[in-house]
Amino acid sequence: MPSQEVFSWLRTRFFPHIWCPGCGHGIIMHSLLRALVALDKKKSQTVIASGIGCSSRMAGYIDACTVHTTHGRSLAFATGIKLAKPELTVVDVMGDGDCTAIGGNHFIHACRRNIDITAVVMNNNIYGMTGGQASPTTPIGSIASTTPFGAIDPSFDICKLAEGAGASYVARATVANPKQAEQFIMKGIQNKGFSVVEIVTHCHTTFGRKNKRRTPIDNIN
Amino acid sequence: MSEIAFWQGNEAIAYGALAAECRFFGGYPITPSSEIAEILAEELPKRNGRFIQMEDEIAGIAAAIGGSIAGMKSLTATSGPGFSLKQENLGFAYMAEIPLVVVDVMRGGPSTGLPTKAAQQDVMQARWGTHGDHGTICYAPASVQECYEVTIRAFNAAERYRQPVLIMSDEIIGHMREKVVINEIDPSKLVTRKRPTDIPEKFVPYRPDPKDDLPCMASFGDGYTWHITGLTHNDWGFPTNDAQEIDKKMKRLMRKIDRFRDDIVEYETAFTEDAEVLVLAYGSVARSSLRAVHEARNRGIRAGFFRPVTLWPFPDKEVERLARKMKTIIVPELNCGQMVLEVERAVHGKAKVEPLNLVNGELFKPEDILKVIEEVA
Amino acid sequence: MAKKFDVQVNNAWCKGCSLCVHICPKKVLELDEVRGKSVVARPDECIGCRQCENICPDMAITVKEKGEEKDV
Repeated sequence: MPSQEVFSWLRTRFFPHIWCPGCGHGIIMHSLLRALVALDKKKSQTVIASGIGCSSRMAGYIDACTVHTTHGRSLAFATGIKLAKPELTVVDVMGDGDCTAIGGNHFIHACRRNIDITAVVMNNNIYGMTGGQASPTTPIGSIASTTPFGAIDPSFDICKLAEGAGASYVARATVANPKQAEQFIMKGIQNKGFSVVEIVTHCHTTFGRKNKRRTPIDNIN
Repeated sequence: MSEIAFWQGNEAIAYGALAAECRFFGGYPITPSSEIAEILAEELPKRNGRFIQMEDEIAGIAAAIGGSIAGMKSLTATSGPGFSLKQENLGFAYMAEIPLVVVDVMRGGPSTGLPTKAAQQDVMQARWGTHGDHGTICYAPASVQECYEVTIRAFNAAERYRQPVLIMSDEIIGHMREKVVINEIDPSKLVTRKRPTDIPEKFVPYRPDPKDDLPCMASFGDGYTWHITGLTHNDWGFPTNDAQEIDKKMKRLMRKIDRFRDDIVEYETAFTEDAEVLVLAYGSVARSSLRAVHEARNRGIRAGFFRPVTLWPFPDKEVERLARKMKTIIVPELNCGQMVLEVERAVHGKAKVEPLNLVNGELFKPEDILKVIEEVA
Repeated sequence: MAKKFDVQVNNAWCKGCSLCVHICPKKVLELDEVRGKSVVARPDECIGCRQCENICPDMAITVKEKGEEKDV
């Protein structure tokens, strides 16, 4: 089923990609591409926006209209693009820090506006690219490089946040079930309104190492 | 055929933007620039344009950049604190080479400062506000008429050079009402970004055209797939760590302005032929300065007047040429001395440079400037 | 007759994370410890569930039903 169609959406010259071995972001990218292929989207009519962090690199690997913006601001850029050209399919790929910390304001307001954009939030509970600092979704008690004695602040529930702020499609999947993630992203893109698909993933390199989830498969399990 | 209007500076900027075929505004309310947003909220929908009030200043400029990426001429307007917030994404637009016009109606600072009073304290921020090197195009209008005209030229420059262009107005110009003569726009005088002519597979988004050294730009949805990033990138728009490619990109960013400097630079002079004392002023201060120069002439003092319309690039060659004949150059500014540094650089000791600074929220009275002219004459 | 499947691993992209090895219900894949890459050890066991293909973060695995058009 996938292969050829999915591969045609990749900028294969940049592969193998930058993500660590076993990183969930690649699984999510594959799910997203399968969803786009299944929906018969055209590359030149599809916008993939991203912010900063590991998650943001996804935009560079996908052969479409891709924009790798500033940290947390991708939804604001995406809003401008969608507003100017409503006929485009706009998907915003974000990390948890991108979405709920520095971009928290943009996130809740995109939900409130219910603009027809699909946000794929890759929640790995950590700032991976900068070396494993705590994010707003780091669970209480977890060890991160900036919470050496365990995180003391409560974490965000991204789905509840999105729902409360007014998003019209909210779903949560995990990288352990890539097929379900694909289905949810598909439904999100089909929904005419702001859709949030939180995909729980892992960063075994920086989070798992300190929290007894060292290998990729530990995290999937 | 021309029409007559009685506008505020802010109104003139809004209508100037519409005349330049701006069709996207993203912004956030802030005194003293909000009228620009208010007018565009009413006028853009009538022209199939888009207006959006975003959740903050950062998102305002981000949405405007998004609008530009999707092919619309875009504007955002703000004032001091908002200009500070916009610096991050302004840098993105410089790096990604996205045409955009940003208006800063300057008020007193730092921080919240003086929201309803005039200042010129952001002129260096206009040059160096965002981190990293880049060329800057920045206009400082001194009348309502000029607000209208300069806005059209700012859009032309943004589209031509594929980069953000700044308009540094101030509270006095922004809220002052004056007669404006609206001449019919010749559509051929409006610049629209160069579009790629290559087939999508051959489109190289940052490769400069050998003819004018400037790259063309496709819009999202035009049939081209390409990548835009704030990372330093190669001609294809993809991030690079290659020293040669980085060097090439950065040099081209600077060269865009250096090379076309003479096309961009604008200034106005009065009584400079025989002048010994030159008053160099911009924005609202230029108005009191010109009045003071007239008065000095009446009193027999050989005073001259120079007004940079573009603060950046600064008309340094022109100032240097004049400086050779001058004894003293007075630089009145509503700040503690910012553009005077640039004047000193340009003059390079050929004349005495006398700063005159006012930061109490008031405007210079012509007498204040006249007094200094008489002192140095 | 049961369908036959062909599992291909793109060695240039595989980073040897071993997710596919763990996810496969039939133990078709194994990790080559020396090269640090996934290898198809028991191709005949494959039931075509494609879990390995979907879980592979590097998009290095392709599962094809035998007799399908040969992909590059």
